[in-house]
Amino acid sequence: MNLKTFLLGTCSAVVIAGFAQAETLTIATVNNGDMVRMQTLTDDFTKANPDIQLEWVTLEENVLRERVTTDIATKGGQYDVMTIGTYEVPIWAKQSWLLPLDNLGADYDAADIIPAIAGGLSVDGKLYAAPFYGESSFIMYRKDLMEKAGLTMPDAPTWEFVADAARKMTDRAAEINGVCLRGKAGWGENMAFLTAMSNSFGARWFDESWKPQFDQPEWKNTLQFYVDLMKDAGPVGASSNGFNENLALFQQGKCGMWIDATVAASFVSNPKDSTVADKVGYALAPDTGLGKRGNWLWAWSLAVPAGTQKAEAAQKFVSWATSKAYLDLVASKEGWANVPPGTRSSLYANAEYQKAAPFAKMTLDSINSADPTKPTVKPVPYVGVQFVAIPEFQGLGTTVGQLFSAALAGQMTVDDALKQAQDVTTSTMTEGGYIQ
Amino acid sequence: MATRQTQTLARLMLAPSVLALFIWMIVPLAITLWFSFQQYNPLNPIRDGFVGFSNYALFYSNPAFFQAILNTLLIVGSVLLITVVGGVLLALLLDQPIFGQGFVRILVISPFFVMPPVAALVWKNMIMHPSYGVFADMARFLGVQPVDWFAQYPLFSVIIIVAWQWLPFATLILLTSLQSLDGEQMEAAEMDGASFLSRFWYLTLPHMSRAITVVILIQTIFLLSVYAEILVTTNGGPGYASTNLPFLVYQKASLEFKIGQASAGGIIAVILANIVAFFAMRAVGRNLDR
Repeated sequence: MNLKTFLLGTCSAVVIAGFAQAETLTIATVNNGDMVRMQTLTDDFTKANPDIQLEWVTLEENVLRERVTTDIATKGGQYDVMTIGTYEVPIWAKQSWLLPLDNLGADYDAADIIPAIAGGLSVDGKLYAAPFYGESSFIMYRKDLMEKAGLTMPDAPTWEFVADAARKMTDRAAEINGVCLRGKAGWGENMAFLTAMSNSFGARWFDESWKPQFDQPEWKNTLQFYVDLMKDAGPVGASSNGFNENLALFQQGKCGMWIDATVAASFVSNPKDSTVADKVGYALAPDTGLGKRGNWLWAWSLAVPAGTQKAEAAQKFVSWATSKAYLDLVASKEGWANVPPGTRSSLYANAEYQKAAPFAKMTLDSINSADPTKPTVKPVPYVGVQFVAIPEFQGLGTTVGQLFSAALAGQMTVDDALKQAQDVTTSTMTEGGYIQ
Repeated sequence: MATRQTQTLARLMLAPSVLALFIWMIVPLAITLWFSFQQYNPLNPIRDGFVGFSNYALFYSNPAFFQAILNTLLIVGSVLLITVVGGVLLALLLDQPIFGQGFVRILVISPFFVMPPVAALVWKNMIMHPSYGVFADMARFLGVQPVDWFAQYPLFSVIIIVAWQWLPFATLILLTSLQSLDGEQMEAAEMDGASFLSRFWYLTLPHMSRAITVVILIQTIFLLSVYAEILVTTNGGPGYASTNLPFLVYQKASLEFKIGQASAGGIIAVILANIVAFFAMRAVGRNLDR
């Protein structure tokens, strides 16, 4: 054995020993901008924790949901950290599929998490997922078009005002649509919007004994209003439009108003991406005066599945990614406008953030006005603003979303869509044992 | 001529492969059959157990079921019609000695190399999109309202995309068959005064019949399981307008996690595929025996 071979062998042994000691966390995450940015900043974490290696599985939202749901339900154990939303957390925590996050470190300020978000991620007062970014929904509108229509957007408009303004702003010849709303079928697409909207019309998915409510006048009012408004003032092909499609339309100046996620505010006001960046105003989601607004509540959050063998390391990572220090890290590297929004009260008290994000106050007000435990005007047996936190909702929401999307496309009448929604929901709830 | 010993030896040597093939086919099918009689929803594991034929009853009573069967057959029938007729016409064209023949052939065949989800995305966002698509631009240029393809004609749009992908396959097989046609026979017919149509009808088409049969049988198998194009473009909607049987099974399994019902749907799909294959073999398969 010569010297070179000896040195190479020794180095390899040291490296192998190092890897043998290091734990590798497999993290499933969604491919949105904030999460991808987190991956580029993880040197900060691995330098402080050299014994932990990170392996990313980055997926598109729908695929991520399918993969992590299948993995946790079948106890596959592929992932040590999962990115999930406020829909999954209460259901999975009740099934004991998630570990309570009680080991996030002494300097982790859990009390700073916005109460509405913390409430959506807790069961029996215990936090089961830590929010990476949170959102509600609000109105983004074109100030110039609003002025041209001779109107002034109030901070808290009614649906009647929004519909009137949308019809006045519509200019088909100039390819300007008064309002862009989600129409693409899916429980996280059109049904997120329509369920939140229905709350403001006094509708609900189920009464206290889990009887579906699509045969009630409140749902008819909601869906008819939505279909009529989109027919008069919505874009062509609205039944195929989800978040991304409407974002593109708004950024290209083709929407007078867009009611959608508050996180979109940073995209529509960024001059690099948006042709209307300097003309955007913000207002709360509309209401009908019944006490609930049509806004939702969501948080992409990091959770640790109960089946992991690396719970301690996983919680260390979750703590790092959702801490105050992480917000400071992003601000120092990318500027305050790019920090993940909607999770911490301290961010909204930060003068630098307020200056960089003119939509900050409206975002916070929207988040605070959504209550997942009392989402509707009348009482309901479920938790969730734009969803119903039961396992069946994932399939049910998408099926009903298909019917409502068909009503929007003119392939089905509003009455038929509601009747079929009532039938399919009744059948699923009976099958699931909710209705005896 | 094989002796009894060599025959026995051949059987013995083939047995492991046949056994492996049998297990490979029968095990997943048996598991699907078993699950189709179970109430199994991993998201709601409390209500597991044997439920008899209720998964079949639930799948059958699903409001989308008959629409899905009809859509499955419509996709198979329409795509076969477009690709066989289009394939024959394209094969006739490509068989002509034209300038740049090689380039044109590659151009015609190229859609077959594109993965179905990619093809569907291109058609959805760049061709059929009512705001940004090429068709919408053409409509605006002509001064008419752009068509919202996936909302107004969802199944037709899916059929167009699938047919676009399968046309090269049909063309390729049919062109190969056309090139094996005896030139002297054609020449003789031409000298006898047979018109182009007569020559096509009485010589070319009968000669291509075996190739057409191959195209129909192979495409039928794949078209019964069209899925990616629907998922990417219409997601089965609006309503159930473009839901076919494989998509309905996907919805049950991956969105609703009703594994029992999805398995029942899978078994129904296998039965349907066998019925279609039986009729296809009866109708056109005899060409293969000649």
